[in-house]
Amino acid sequence: MTASIEVDHVAKRFRIYHERNQTLKSAVMRRRRAVFEEFWALDDVSFEIPQGGTFGLIGDNGSGKSTLLKTIAKILTPDRGSIRVNGRVAALLEVGSGFHPELSGRENVRLNGAILGMSRSEIDRKFDEIVDFAGVEQFIDQPVKNYSSGMYVRLGFAIAINVDPEILLVDEVLAVGDAAFQEKCAEKFLDFKRDGRTVVVVSHSLPSLQNMCDDVAWLSHGKLVETGPAPGILDRYQESTRADAHHGADGSSHWGSGEAQIHSVELLSGREPVSRPLNTGDELTIRVHFTAHQRVDRPVFGLAMESHDGVHLWANNTRDTNRPLDHIEGPGTIDCTVPSLALQAGSFRVDAAITDSSTTHVFDYLRDGAEFSVARRPHEEMGGLVSLRGAWGEPAPSAPYAAPVVTAARAEGETEPA
Amino acid sequence: MSLVADIRTSRELLVNLTRREVKGKYKRTVLGQLWSLANPLAQMLVYTLVFSVIIRIDPGPGVPSGLDIFALWLMCALLPWSFFTAVVTGGMSSLVGSENLIKKVYFPRSALVVANTLASSYTWSIEMVVLVIAILLAGANVLPFVPLVVVAMAVLLVFSLGVALMLSIANAYFRDTQHLVTILFMVWFYLTPILYPISEVAKQSARVGPLIGDITVLDIYQLNPMESFTEVFRNLLYDNRLPSAGSAMECVVWALVAIVVGGWVFDRHQRRLAEVL
Repeated sequence: MTASIEVDHVAKRFRIYHERNQTLKSAVMRRRRAVFEEFWALDDVSFEIPQGGTFGLIGDNGSGKSTLLKTIAKILTPDRGSIRVNGRVAALLEVGSGFHPELSGRENVRLNGAILGMSRSEIDRKFDEIVDFAGVEQFIDQPVKNYSSGMYVRLGFAIAINVDPEILLVDEVLAVGDAAFQEKCAEKFLDFKRDGRTVVVVSHSLPSLQNMCDDVAWLSHGKLVETGPAPGILDRYQESTRADAHHGADGSSHWGSGEAQIHSVELLSGREPVSRPLNTGDELTIRVHFTAHQRVDRPVFGLAMESHDGVHLWANNTRDTNRPLDHIEGPGTIDCTVPSLALQAGSFRVDAAITDSSTTHVFDYLRDGAEFSVARRPHEEMGGLVSLRGAWGEPAPSAPYAAPVVTAARAEGETEPA
Repeated sequence: MSLVADIRTSRELLVNLTRREVKGKYKRTVLGQLWSLANPLAQMLVYTLVFSVIIRIDPGPGVPSGLDIFALWLMCALLPWSFFTAVVTGGMSSLVGSENLIKKVYFPRSALVVANTLASSYTWSIEMVVLVIAILLAGANVLPFVPLVVVAMAVLLVFSLGVALMLSIANAYFRDTQHLVTILFMVWFYLTPILYPISEVAKQSARVGPLIGDITVLDIYQLNPMESFTEVFRNLLYDNRLPSAGSAMECVVWALVAIVVGGWVFDRHQRRLAEVL
């Protein structure tokens, strides 16, 4: 695979001003421009971003990932090293920047398209698609200052994504718009991937990165920690971000503040502990054994499931499913029952967590709390991870002059007939 | 020079940015573009009242046009001056005002200053058309000189753009620049023969005599590039004659120096704009 972006020993220095002299007086009085400290936001970073697929840049706040993205976008210039970019780049660092509030949506599409490097004919050609994608047909001749914030963002996003870049740089802007729009965006990203284009994304949201990224680069304090296929690195990154990560006596890995702890995750099927592979369609009860060392009000229990190769399959918590809990204290168990296991043959891992009511503060998170497998059986669906129990009908002759109608969703991925 | 390359590659962007400037400026006003004429008209009335009616400055009739109207004589120099200041002050605020854009999107940064210059040129062109019509109505046949006026306008545009490029970068680093420039422009305005004829300066200079060697006050006064531009525009529009080759050359040389130095300064510093803003 050829590299679409080569980052070659890139270093970027920033100055932290203690006394910023943006006025001439202070510059003259001090006879120097300012008192500042230098730090390297990027320090000798080298890696390649392969062509095609989605590449994630991860790291804590201040790790330099956004700086790197801006450097790739040519907004910042590296102090050392170089970045070679093979292809046209569009950067989605902030949608709708450059909109003029008094101008109409139509005029702003032209303006923003031109800022992003589109030619007039390109803009003309894509105009309808952009407006359609953003869903603002009715308002296109209104000044954009009358737009709702959602429309504003959607229009900005629609323009950027229609620039038709070979490389799209995205910074934390995926969380825009309503669910329907998000879905449209996700589809567009998939199209990008299929066309062999490259998407480089910076995000704090590990779940979204888990779903999207093929490869990642992990930055810490301006230095590259590692780069390569996403699943392993994302796991290691997630664990490293928890200073309070610790390992249980049995080698299980936990993190969290520890007011309440999860001892184990037990799997039951029909009141019996699971000891053999399950079957598709079985009932599965996931029982979390915990101890609350102190009274914890309004806790939230969460579960997550991954396939053996790290595909995030499912997550569920007591808050989202609207089952508020009053409090927990001392040892206890809580069950979550899955009535019919919609999984195809394979092996799966379960994580469990206890968080506060906002789900942002983690009391305890247990990785790989339980594992189970689903057996391969004849006459079950094969290929992929989920079992949808699709049923085939009888072939029926079609009318003589009508083309055969194949309306079933286009088969994607590595689906193979059994 | 990469400035030229930038302008060439971002033509579409320039067109759109210029349109944004022109259209955005008078949006939601009843009179719209007419407002751009209100300012020069008001200036004309006030200056004419003060300097022609009250103080009685008499620049004398235009030779050979025979025009003898202070207001027209004034506007022939005031409109180019106003354009020059609009380009420079507008260019300075165009970079600082587009901070958000510069930090979020890559595009040739000079496009902002150039687009602002083009937008000012658009307004200026309308004003100049009105002025030419007024001169024609006053009875001078200025039409044969219009092509040369357009050339002079292009030269002044290049000069103004060069100064704007230089000062817009300076302003990004030191915000004092814009305040300093406001004062500088006020001084510069009165040191340029816009409200009074240069003959008055020559008179005073002759009275004082040479300062050092042969150098007179007038010589120093004439170092001002806007003095040459003022003379050229007045010669063409008011007097209806060709300017002296010396003045014309001076304008061209100043324009070249400004654009080369301005382009060079801008080029050197534009890569750090996202950081300093």
